Amino acid sequence: MAEANVVYNTGVGDTMREQDLIARVQRGDSGLFYELVRPYERRVYAAALSILRNESDAEDVAQEAMLKALSNIRQFRAEARFSTWLIQITVNEALMRRRRERTAKMEAIDDHRDEDGEYAPRDFADWREIPSEALERKEVRQKLAQALASLDRKYREVFVLRDMEHLNIQETADALGISIASVKTRLLRARLMLRDLLSGGWQQGWFSRLPFQKGTKPW
Amino acid sequence: MVVQCEQVWREISNYLEEEVHVDLRAAMDDHFRACARCRSVLEGTRNVVRLYGDERMIEVPSGFSRRLETRLAREVRAANGGWRVWSAWLVPVAALLLIGGGFRVANSLSVPHPLLSEHAQPAHGVPPELIVVVSADAKEFHVPGCPFIHNKDKERTMSAKEAMHEGYVPCVRCMRKYLETASARPISLELEAELYIESELDDHQVQAHAGQ
Repeated sequence: MAEANVVYNTGVGDTMREQDLIARVQRGDSGLFYELVRPYERRVYAAALSILRNESDAEDVAQEAMLKALSNIRQFRAEARFSTWLIQITVNEALMRRRRERTAKMEAIDDHRDEDGEYAPRDFADWREIPSEALERKEVRQKLAQALASLDRKYREVFVLRDMEHLNIQETADALGISIASVKTRLLRARLMLRDLLSGGWQQGWFSRLPFQKGTKPW
Repeated sequence: MVVQCEQVWREISNYLEEEVHVDLRAAMDDHFRACARCRSVLEGTRNVVRLYGDERMIEVPSGFSRRLETRLAREVRAANGGWRVWSAWLVPVAALLLIGGGFRVANSLSVPHPLLSEHAQPAHGVPPELIVVVSADAKEFHVPGCPFIHNKDKERTMSAKEAMHEGYVPCVRCMRKYLETASARPISLELEAELYIESELDDHQVQAHAGQ
């Protein structure tokens, strides 16, 4: 069962508090480190999961990444966002784990093949905005997660880092060690594929309990 | 500018990122107004970005936070514990070093080295804080720039007090005024000649050693 607590960290006060926590941890108050990373623990886990596709491995890598961040906290400079730095460490750890498990070579072959050609949308039904309240329903979140999990790894990784972790295009490219052009291409395909996947889900009644007007789709 | 559906699909992600040129953006806006298919693609893609970007979409396994916090706390404890173990040893070790070092310093201050030259006399008239120059393979200390300094490659600068503690004796040429003041009598020509021969012998020994 998933944990329900959601911690947001976007305000100016949060940023100042974060800077204060970083400074104190850098000065040696390691006991405050969990307080510093707690707002990002879910995002760290999601980044690891997008690469490893295994909950147990993702949790392990998330913990390893946090420990690595703790031991390297003095190297953090304020030029980058702390969250971005943390996610980049996580992505790096996850990629190394995957390499160790000798899956990278096979997936690299897929990478080359799948990027050829353009992706054309398949469904052109009338869509409308889906209310974000739909995410309160666990089955909706699960369907969205399943659609994401069905994407090829390279599309899923870029999509998660850009659209879920909110790294910018350059940061996403840096984290994955790919070009900006590749990020943009993969992001486009990931978004269009997810749109089509969810369109199919609508046909199967995923959102049937949502109050949509007859004859329209939720997006 | 007029754009076709295929171009709109290619650029729709950049459009959402607001990374298309202003002319292209205007052309795409025109196209969306006229084309229901592309409008469908735009709205669907926009929904994807918005929904997946919601924090609620990121779910972690049950107990994830607790396990992470526990592991971090364990790590911090281990790091601090390790330091405590070291620091527990560090105090007595540092104390022993201080005591041993204190004895060594006391000995070096209280028992000066024997004079390096058998002809030398204690340099009582030399100000102890005077900066002097010694050479590793010679026996005298000199004022800086003295032409009788041997083996200039191995010069060291120190106070006269330190030089005397190491057993160096004053150069009778450059230190003459201090020595005459102290002894209240001029240095004899014989003594000066002996010291000169001695210093020359030193020089030859150094050169022979360097030539080996």
